[in-house]
Amino acid sequence: MAETAVRAPSDDKRWRAVDARLRRLGRDPSALIEVLHSVQESFGYLDLDGLAYVGAALGVPPSRVYGVATFYSYFTLKPAGEHTCVVCTGTACYISGARALLDGIARRFGIGPGQTTPDGVLSVLTARCVGACSLAPVMIVDGEVHGRQTEGDAVAALEKLGPETP
Amino acid sequence: MSNDAALEAAPEHRPVRRRPAGLVPDGPVRRSAHVCMAASCLSLCSDQVLERLVEAVVAAGLADVAVKRVGCLGLCATGPLVEIPETGRLFEGVKADGVDPLVDGLAGTDDTPAGRPPFFTRQVRVVTENVGRVDPESLDDALAHGGYAALEQVLASMTPGQVIDEVTRSGLRGRGGAGYPTGLKWQTVAKGAPGQKYVICNADEGDPGAFMDRTVLESDPHRVLEGMAIAAYAVGADRGYIYCRAEYRLALARLKTAIRAAERAGWLGRDIAESRFDFHVEVRVGAGAFVCGEETALIASLEGGRGTPVLRPPYPAAAGLRGRPTLINNVETLASVAPIVRRGGEWYAGIGVGRSRGTKVFALAGRVVNTGIVEVPMGITLREIVYDLGGGIVGGRPFKAVQTGGPSGGCLPEGDLDMPVDYESLAEAGSIMGSGGMIVMDDTSCMVDVARYFMDFCRDESCGKCVPCRVGTTQLWMLLTAITEGRATLADLRQLEELSGMVAATSLCGLGQTAPNPVFSTLRYFRDEYLAHIEDRTCPAGVCPVGTKQAGP
Repeated sequence: MAETAVRAPSDDKRWRAVDARLRRLGRDPSALIEVLHSVQESFGYLDLDGLAYVGAALGVPPSRVYGVATFYSYFTLKPAGEHTCVVCTGTACYISGARALLDGIARRFGIGPGQTTPDGVLSVLTARCVGACSLAPVMIVDGEVHGRQTEGDAVAALEKLGPETP
Repeated sequence: MSNDAALEAAPEHRPVRRRPAGLVPDGPVRRSAHVCMAASCLSLCSDQVLERLVEAVVAAGLADVAVKRVGCLGLCATGPLVEIPETGRLFEGVKADGVDPLVDGLAGTDDTPAGRPPFFTRQVRVVTENVGRVDPESLDDALAHGGYAALEQVLASMTPGQVIDEVTRSGLRGRGGAGYPTGLKWQTVAKGAPGQKYVICNADEGDPGAFMDRTVLESDPHRVLEGMAIAAYAVGADRGYIYCRAEYRLALARLKTAIRAAERAGWLGRDIAESRFDFHVEVRVGAGAFVCGEETALIASLEGGRGTPVLRPPYPAAAGLRGRPTLINNVETLASVAPIVRRGGEWYAGIGVGRSRGTKVFALAGRVVNTGIVEVPMGITLREIVYDLGGGIVGGRPFKAVQTGGPSGGCLPEGDLDMPVDYESLAEAGSIMGSGGMIVMDDTSCMVDVARYFMDFCRDESCGKCVPCRVGTTQLWMLLTAITEGRATLADLRQLEELSGMVAATSLCGLGQTAPNPVFSTLRYFRDEYLAHIEDRTCPAGVCPVGTKQAGP
């Protein structure tokens, strides 16, 4: 098999974790999603070189790798900003004012869901439901849950991270 | 200060054994503190509460007091929660710098049971009997609470056929939402083509506002593994997968810990409990696609592809993962299995009404006072759930609707509050049982906007394979948007109804077939709100931007 000829796209040490995962999963084509998770965990996002490498290592055509990577919303092909803010848009958060949080963030920082401030400091994302419905509306800033937010709370918390404003 | 620091400060005459999280005295335990370490309380820093409490208990020299990490204590609204199970006292909103009342409660000798609010007393806990009682990261603790006893019993004294009979007798139906009889499903897989078979636990809980499965996985993961192993024995499978959402990091971590511990102790793997039964479980992480909750899409995703569904039949029970007979059950269904085996199918069937037997776990959220997790007997009324357990509407505002079944369900009005909660009644009223999300809405929610919200969800989550769903949900969303923006006519309303019927009738899988349900139910009960947007250009709830945009094309 050509497997042995497939080399990681760079000498970056983070590829070692991905290679270890590939080995443990026996380079089985059905492990594609697991391996993509591993790449995203290591690098924060999936770039085209990485996708090509994973495809070659598993013997999966690039079209299918790209198809899978873009089908699932958890995978991202763009690097995120230094800080991320995930606004939950689950039903409980929605009826408690998630939209106001997003509107407020858009007004203050000029970015909407999936966007990053031009200085690369802050990315805003949305989640379908983070399961913290009792704390609605909720946003998660760098992994930390901020519950029962008002528009003012949310904007103030993000301003502290120092992103540029339009 | 960490646990270690607390231990260093402990008086020497009081030896304590340290666990990764908590405190266990060497002698008998007179009182214990259960600190909730499920996602909601944890996000309010209950881990710090636990640490401080351990320090404070040590500092107070309480030699017969345990401090234990447990899963969800249920009443998420007032977290972080700590319970003293010996007296039944629940401490709400505990802060790390405010553990003194707790220490007093632990030091006290008054054993009069504390009065428990209806939120707890009205529950019947079967699936969640150990949720909030066991340490989710300790196999020993799970075993001490009856974990794997049912599996041992099955392997020692029951044939696969007897297990299936017991489950059939219990009347258990799929708790993922569709309500297919579990015993029948098991039988179909058992009778499938001989050879390799699989058991899949569907933990891809995708309905927004639903967090029952996450709670069970975070709080009592061994219960789910035990159910899977019993199911595998009954249908003749030796391999299982748990397909869990990537967003559930804590649940995933605890599952993996539980699997490793169960394998080491011989409750999973080869020759389980000295029988000749083998069962290997692996966790597979989803990647954020709601459609993967559908059986065939889930299988496509497990096989490493895009999660697009295929036409059934063949059902996965006949030809599923890698073309082999595959049993797919949801987390709550599998978590119901061990108690059914231990106490008998007849006992389980003794709970509930009509064709809906047993209990159902609901995630209560929205504009209700007591948000959190409840397990109730089938047949309880919506009013009892919302008002008795839920404590009514926040701020005493008027109730408007309760939404069940997520994007596949419907909004039920006040007139349906006295309806019993069972599969058939909910379906008749235009909603579904669904997986168990229950979102209460008051007069600040606009029903047209809610319908639009769910359609936006379905439009976004449609996998794109079939045209009615891919195009239909987008068109429906545009029509609903036009109504909420005050740009619609009565002809648009007619088109909304027609197109909803078409999408429901012609979509390939459950996602598209049920996507119009929120539209149907809001049209049925809240038609006047639609008309107010269209004819009067007003939003009765004051939510929609009607009139802010120019009417016209």
